[in-house]
Amino acid sequence: MSVQVIPSTPALRRAAAAVAARTRLWQGLALPVAIIVLWTVATSANWVDTRILVGPWKVVETAWFHLTHHVLWEGLGYSVARMVSGFVLGGFAGLVLGVLLGASRIGDRLVSPTLNTVKQIALFAWIPLISVWFGMGEPAKVIFIALAVFYPIVFNTYEGVRSVAREHIEVARAFEFTRWQTFRRVILPSSTPQIFTGVRLGLIYAWLATVGAEYFLKAGPGLGNIMIDGRERFLMEQVIFGVTVVGLVGFAVQIIATRLETRLLRWRTRSNA
Amino acid sequence: MAKPGHLTLRNIRKQYTVNGNAFTVLDGVSLDIAPGEFVSIVGHSGCGKSTLLRLVMGLDGEYEGEILLDGHRLRGTSLDRGIVFQEHRLFPWLSVTDNIGLALQNSPLTKAERRDAIQQHVELVGLQGFEKAWPNQLSGGMSQRVAIARALVNRPEILLLDEPFGALDALNRAKLQAELQRIWQVEGITMILVTHDVEEAIFLGDRVVVMEPRPGRIKRIVPVATPHPRVRNDCNLLQVRESVLEEFREETIETISNAA
Repeated sequence: MSVQVIPSTPALRRAAAAVAARTRLWQGLALPVAIIVLWTVATSANWVDTRILVGPWKVVETAWFHLTHHVLWEGLGYSVARMVSGFVLGGFAGLVLGVLLGASRIGDRLVSPTLNTVKQIALFAWIPLISVWFGMGEPAKVIFIALAVFYPIVFNTYEGVRSVAREHIEVARAFEFTRWQTFRRVILPSSTPQIFTGVRLGLIYAWLATVGAEYFLKAGPGLGNIMIDGRERFLMEQVIFGVTVVGLVGFAVQIIATRLETRLLRWRTRSNA
Repeated sequence: MAKPGHLTLRNIRKQYTVNGNAFTVLDGVSLDIAPGEFVSIVGHSGCGKSTLLRLVMGLDGEYEGEILLDGHRLRGTSLDRGIVFQEHRLFPWLSVTDNIGLALQNSPLTKAERRDAIQQHVELVGLQGFEKAWPNQLSGGMSQRVAIARALVNRPEILLLDEPFGALDALNRAKLQAELQRIWQVEGITMILVTHDVEEAIFLGDRVVVMEPRPGRIKRIVPVATPHPRVRNDCNLLQVRESVLEEFREETIETISNAA
């Protein structure tokens, strides 16, 4: 039977927390390590067709080759730049429209029903239209990404603005705030948490859409090309490497978003005064 | 020190329309409040006492009758009237200082004067050392102190208090009532307190306005002659309390016999 000791000093508590965090990390790593071991065994013992599932070592070799050559970095640069442009464009549009619809009743009644209907169209269903209107190049990709970012941001901003407490608006009235002051000092800060939910989703969607756009709108350099190239030349190690990089970038995007959120929304936590 | 306000209510009548039926919340309410006076308004919930306060604040402009502040008819909200609500209504994304400072958004004070005014009011409500704290780090009583500081920082002529201590525990409530008495004496401004706590009304008020519901009317105005600062177990206060509670007993009997 284990005895739960409650640590008394802050230093002890921190140490205990560090131990707990390390245990969690190891537990979390157990499954990936097991998969890699199984993968190594399966490929070296020829349980699987190694043309379809190459061994981990080959992937590492390819990774090393790409990490030391410019094609990967160039492609990554293009992809990230594309994602950022799409995010800025779609995010800005979503933010502005979300605020307008949230703040104006007439705007809400005129636009929201249409928006809610159009939202139902699956994102990838737009690709044929986008490719006909904007071609297969850069503008088409950025517009597709912007569209993916637009939805979560517009709806979350709208919800955030709509859910501002009436009590807070009354306080603003009591202090004779102008419309702009009420927006700037009350509505905007009060909807920040909800807007941030939209921004975080938007970032995730932006990266998904970037990879999707590179797959379906093929022209131009990007990370997607490395995978397409690998598939066409049947270089499975290159495909697996590409998938890994896509995953890592997605992971990095999430971390950045979470950091930014904790920083901006410090007031919601009790600890750091 | 701010100039205390003189408030006159003349024949106030207020109706709401609920599902097409007109419903009278206030009827024939007239009251004259002297500059620097502390008036408590007590009554059961639904007697329109909070509605009356909202009218005086200017948060609701649809009523019949006249509300005059220093002889001028009220129009909308104004910085010469401050309000404290039952919930503290602080902005959770702003520190204590910034919450108080927000009230000065449209004040004519300079930056340095604002800083002084904020610090002065932090001290007035005894929150030195908590200037940088966020509302969710404060207790209910502390939050309500910030709300009082925020309402006073513009130096209003009248402070309106809408059941400000209703959500606090008994110990904190008693403490803040005593604090409010002190603040009122320091500031010398007119205060109107709406409450359903008879003891609180009598402890603080120069006069206690007893209201009755359906429609909300003034039933009786009870003067409380005991000079400030008061102590809770003062003989006279206890007597007044008996007489005010008597009003509510009659009301309850009436309600029961009406229903029968």
